[in-house]
Amino acid sequence: MNAIIVSALMGVVMMLSGILFQNKSLMKHLAAAGLILLLVANLLQSYGKYVIQVDTHNLLHFEQFGIFFNTIAIVATLIYVLLSGKDIENTGVHPAEYFALVFFVLCGVTILTSFNGLLMLFLGVEIMSIPLYILTGADKKNLKSNEASLKYLLMGSFSTGIMLMGIALIYGGSGSFGINPGTPELTVGGIPKVSYLTVSGLILLFVSMCFKVSAAPFHFWTPDVYDGAPSVFTSFMATVVKAAGFFAFMRLFESQSDLMGATWKILLSFVIIATLLIGNITAVFQQSVKRMLAYSSIAQAGFMLFALYAGNDLAKEGILLYAAAYSLATIGVFAVLIKMKDYTLDGFNGLAKTQPVLALATTICLLSLSGIPLTAGFFAKYYMLAAVVKAGGALWIVIVAVLFAAVSVYYYFRVIQAMYFKDGAAETSEITGGFKIGLLLVAGLIVLIGLLPSVLLNYFYF
Amino acid sequence: MPIQYYIYLSLVLFSIGIIGVLTRRNAIIVFMCIELMLNSVNLLLVAFSKMHLAFAMANDKLATTVGTDGQLFVFFIMVVAAAEVSVGLAIIVMLYRNTHSVDINFLNRLKN
Repeated sequence: MNAIIVSALMGVVMMLSGILFQNKSLMKHLAAAGLILLLVANLLQSYGKYVIQVDTHNLLHFEQFGIFFNTIAIVATLIYVLLSGKDIENTGVHPAEYFALVFFVLCGVTILTSFNGLLMLFLGVEIMSIPLYILTGADKKNLKSNEASLKYLLMGSFSTGIMLMGIALIYGGSGSFGINPGTPELTVGGIPKVSYLTVSGLILLFVSMCFKVSAAPFHFWTPDVYDGAPSVFTSFMATVVKAAGFFAFMRLFESQSDLMGATWKILLSFVIIATLLIGNITAVFQQSVKRMLAYSSIAQAGFMLFALYAGNDLAKEGILLYAAAYSLATIGVFAVLIKMKDYTLDGFNGLAKTQPVLALATTICLLSLSGIPLTAGFFAKYYMLAAVVKAGGALWIVIVAVLFAAVSVYYYFRVIQAMYFKDGAAETSEITGGFKIGLLLVAGLIVLIGLLPSVLLNYFYF
Repeated sequence: MPIQYYIYLSLVLFSIGIIGVLTRRNAIIVFMCIELMLNSVNLLLVAFSKMHLAFAMANDKLATTVGTDGQLFVFFIMVVAAAEVSVGLAIIVMLYRNTHSVDINFLNRLKN
């Protein structure tokens, strides 16, 4: 509750401070201070201390799992603001509003980590998405940004319509908006007896959530939107928002998967394989690093779907670790990408000679994304696959996933190869000392989680 | 009226909305079709709400509050739809200022 209230208030504070203070460079410091406040409020909640005691009438349910995910999301946003705050300011003429929208997105994220019914799920998804439509179109004079924004809006509200139809059908079938429908009666042969309305509603809900987290075959908007949006906001969209989408997806179907029986696993494994295939194979052929990262985010979505497939305790740990590892690495890579003059692969040629620190940090982030041991990404992928093995059966899907992880190494290493082994003069905009230190800290954090994943997970249990 | 009629009606409206989104080329009309989808859901929710109420009343004359959550949901959908429209129209206006057109066919610049 703390995080929801404080993030919404901070959004309003940022909006008003845009009117009150004329000093634009103040905004990023204010936003960073607000995020630290939000972090403190969220940590207080995990110790049972509330800013305001609110009776949510069972619409929200707070548990350690969700609160810890909030912490990860807030820390990732803090790192993002510290690294790329200057670039957010430079996107347009109203920097305070971008930070305000980021806070509103975080408000949606915190609702999605604690919803206890389809009403709050719907509101959380919308509070998270609507500010993002605006952020995507933040670069008002740029046609690509305009186009991405309209496309995102149309696709987003279309999938909202599908989600609402699903919710209405579930309501018709079960008579409530709860996400824990209870154990259904079993008929002969162990097939659960549920209304056809509920089942068709669940399928529509599944489709719309696949839209939101860009799982294939509903991923087609992702590359265009990620490519067209201003790079700073792509970084935010592809990390915090996407991880929150997965968290909600997992929470939603944790208890529903029994209803759908064996069909559920077949449906899900089809989506996982399609996501991994399309994401990885298409990423190989991209020349623009930004577009490559967009496809790689689809591929990473395939891995995160394994948490849904397994649905056990190890998968819960896995999704936390994956959210942290993936967000850190992607924010790091994007922070460097924003500084580049040329977003194509050739633009990275010889970066190691001109900016050795940037090249080193990017390399560590890319290694983590591809899941090389000693980086956070390795353990994230390991936990996901171990969860599937622990859940029993389906060893073939694990093997397929490992093969696709090997494919992903190829396109991530092309960037590393361009930076270290190709001649050229990679041009960057001005790099400050503080940016380099921040980037090295992110890289250090990735290696630390890679060496000792228990550092992160121990917090979850205490 | 039997509940099936309401289900069919709102499914038909919903399908008209989907077909409109997929086939029309004017951004504003696509947007109207999305609104049609949302409103067909509103109709369905109210119908289901009355259905659950009728079922509950048949068993227990005092169960007069059953189904109110469905109607409450409708209000939330209206509010969210309004927010979405305000953002959406702002985006369409922004696009119109830059291109002097609201045609969706224009949206293929990013596919290269």
